[in-house]
Amino acid sequence: MASPSSTPVDLSQAFVMAPPGLGEWLVILPPALMITAGALLMMMRHRVDRHGFIAIPALVALVLIDAALLLKVSTGGPVTMMMGRWLPPFGIAFTVDVLGALMALVSALAGLAAAIAALTDISDSGRRYGFFPFLMLLMAGVSGAFLTGDVFNLYVWFEVLLISSFGLLILGSEKQQIDGALKYAVLNLIGTTLFLISVGYLYAIFGTLNMADIALKAREISGAPLMTLSALFILAFGMKAAAFPVNFWLPASYHTPRITVSALFGGLLTKIGIYALLRVMVMLFPVQREELSFVLAVVAVLTMVLSGFGMLAQNDLRRMAGFAVILGIGNMLAGIATGTMVGLSGAVLYALHSILAMTALYLVIGRVKALTGSWTLSAGGGIYSVAPGFAFVSLALFLAVAGLPPFSGLWPKIMLVKASVDIGAWWLAAGILISGFLATIALGRTFLLAYWRPAAESPASKRATSNVTRPQQQDRLAAVAILGLAALIVLFGLFPEAPLSLSQQAATGLLDPQSYVRSVFPQGGAQ
Amino acid sequence: METLFAVLVGILFSAAIYLMLSKQSVRVLLGIALLGNAVNLLLFTSGRLTREVPPIIAARLDVLPGNTANPLPQALILTAIVISFSFFAFLLVLTYRAFQELGTDNTDEMRLAEPKNEPLPPTGY
Amino acid sequence: MNTLIFRTVAPFLTALMIVFSIFVLLRGHNEPGGGFIGGLIAASAFAIYGIAYGVAAVRRALWFHPLSIAGAGLMLAVVSGLISAFAGVPFMTGLWIYPHLFGVEVPLATVMSFDIGVYLVVVGSITSIALALEEKDDA
Repeated sequence: MASPSSTPVDLSQAFVMAPPGLGEWLVILPPALMITAGALLMMMRHRVDRHGFIAIPALVALVLIDAALLLKVSTGGPVTMMMGRWLPPFGIAFTVDVLGALMALVSALAGLAAAIAALTDISDSGRRYGFFPFLMLLMAGVSGAFLTGDVFNLYVWFEVLLISSFGLLILGSEKQQIDGALKYAVLNLIGTTLFLISVGYLYAIFGTLNMADIALKAREISGAPLMTLSALFILAFGMKAAAFPVNFWLPASYHTPRITVSALFGGLLTKIGIYALLRVMVMLFPVQREELSFVLAVVAVLTMVLSGFGMLAQNDLRRMAGFAVILGIGNMLAGIATGTMVGLSGAVLYALHSILAMTALYLVIGRVKALTGSWTLSAGGGIYSVAPGFAFVSLALFLAVAGLPPFSGLWPKIMLVKASVDIGAWWLAAGILISGFLATIALGRTFLLAYWRPAAESPASKRATSNVTRPQQQDRLAAVAILGLAALIVLFGLFPEAPLSLSQQAATGLLDPQSYVRSVFPQGGAQ
Repeated sequence: METLFAVLVGILFSAAIYLMLSKQSVRVLLGIALLGNAVNLLLFTSGRLTREVPPIIAARLDVLPGNTANPLPQALILTAIVISFSFFAFLLVLTYRAFQELGTDNTDEMRLAEPKNEPLPPTGY
Repeated sequence: MNTLIFRTVAPFLTALMIVFSIFVLLRGHNEPGGGFIGGLIAASAFAIYGIAYGVAAVRRALWFHPLSIAGAGLMLAVVSGLISAFAGVPFMTGLWIYPHLFGVEVPLATVMSFDIGVYLVVVGSITSIALALEEKDDA
């Protein structure tokens, strides 16, 4: 087009001719908005006092956009926007269905809560180092990964969020952080490289990277090494999601950064691996997922039971929370392994619950440290007597994480157990129940030791007692974040109808990608 | 031609994995750099190999002439190179800092985040 | 690396490389080249200047902090994509204008502003990493 040619060209051969509506712009706005906000914050890196005033409204806008997107998608079906106007499958597609919009909305809520908590938790030097720009880019990566409809583009968003997570992880540059960050960086980089290798094979087999196009072709193709490809994808995404044999980077690193950063990571990052597994294994390769479901189920049981024991063995609360994150991943993998409607919607529901609950859990642990002066179970204590309100909120949260009624963890767990029993995998159901039991013990013990136990036993805890103070003015913001998340968790537990029906809609969209494909190819067929 | 490249990619992968199994963080880093290049070559091969005709539309033309090289793997590789380059730069700085701060490049001795003999949680009040 | 020859040549080399990087950036429009490779050339120019005269001199010469440059580039790239909203076409669609400057038709496109954005991001981020590494050598 650079030099207008003499011959008339039929543009409709290559371009989408219909102008995009407002609804289609909603698809691209979340990552675009976050990148713009991040760029703005990078440019004004010396005015750190103003960072919060840009970051918080940007995140509020993100929540609103994602909510509008979810509303549109859940009533009108998936929406697609083609980058650069090129026709699918040649252009990069952004396609959003209920699953993507739901995950994006809940992640945005968790991101907003973490940003509010960060207003007081992250010091000026942390801000000058770039906490808020990195946060914006992380959210751009997260939203992009949930909203894209192109496998290679998914890889790019993985890398965007990975590089910003590196930046957040070493905020402060303490020795512990550098140690943890090195392991996190190396292993996650290997994980995304495995993803890239699988993308290369995928392209070699299908000649396309558009998810809708692959979904169409995978049902017709025969004799291709799809099993190898699926195994590679499961390994790569399992590594990102921290599934059992490849999860050791998580407990090695998640407790080292600032607690707000841990909250963001624990809430968001691993769930993107789960989302990618749902998208690729369930929607694109259902036959291969069926074949590999036994492997997935064994991995799921090992992940959750071993991380349950991991929770029991930890004295440091942050490391215990790290194992709690992995325990949730095991539960979601169990849902993917069953592959039934109930199991998949249970997995989606568990992911939503886990995003909110894990962010809140880390933030609560941050408050525990602020109140008792210690991260450990052996030194802390006496919170109940100084902050009974906070203790009640924490207890509700602990029960939700353990999956006890009447909070949000209960419903997905019931669905997952039912799905496992339905396919006759009693051992999978037993794994879910046993891991829930282990989590209950570990979290109940935390409540006993850190909250109920009077705080004067050893010299260490005596020093802590003097530090036990009522929540101060500046800690109100962290309390607001925790209360907001806890309110969502309680609402979600007491009135599960709306999230339940949405997650069922998401699972339907995965099992039968017809409407997803039709949104990309309105004519119903490949080019 | 594709077979030759497949063998080459295999050799690069095995060399990268061998390096990454080392205890020295610098060797792990070199292994990662090599792995990135192996993957780029793999992406290149996966788009099928065509010689001598670059996918560039000449002036006064609207479409590619005839049988040109596949431009998509090249775009993918360019993206992957950009990403692996920036990650390598970051990891280089991080490894150097780790060596300075922790005083070792042996990954077995990097136990600050997960110290040995950490006390177990108390079993009672 | 403080030899007289190097210190004499470095400013010329830096200037030449920056000019070349802009040439590569603009050439990337229709032929091999582009923002990424141009940005790398410019970043290496600053790195050479830093080796010869020290990191402080580069920071003074750049005036803006490298990361602010990267932020501005990122902003430019996203805005080039978002402009298509006003033209009623999808995100990132290339839009062209042909203004006549001094009697010459100059084709300008959002593709080009996007590429300049990429150039600035690469210059900013790679220079900041290179300067961080060089600073460590001094200490």
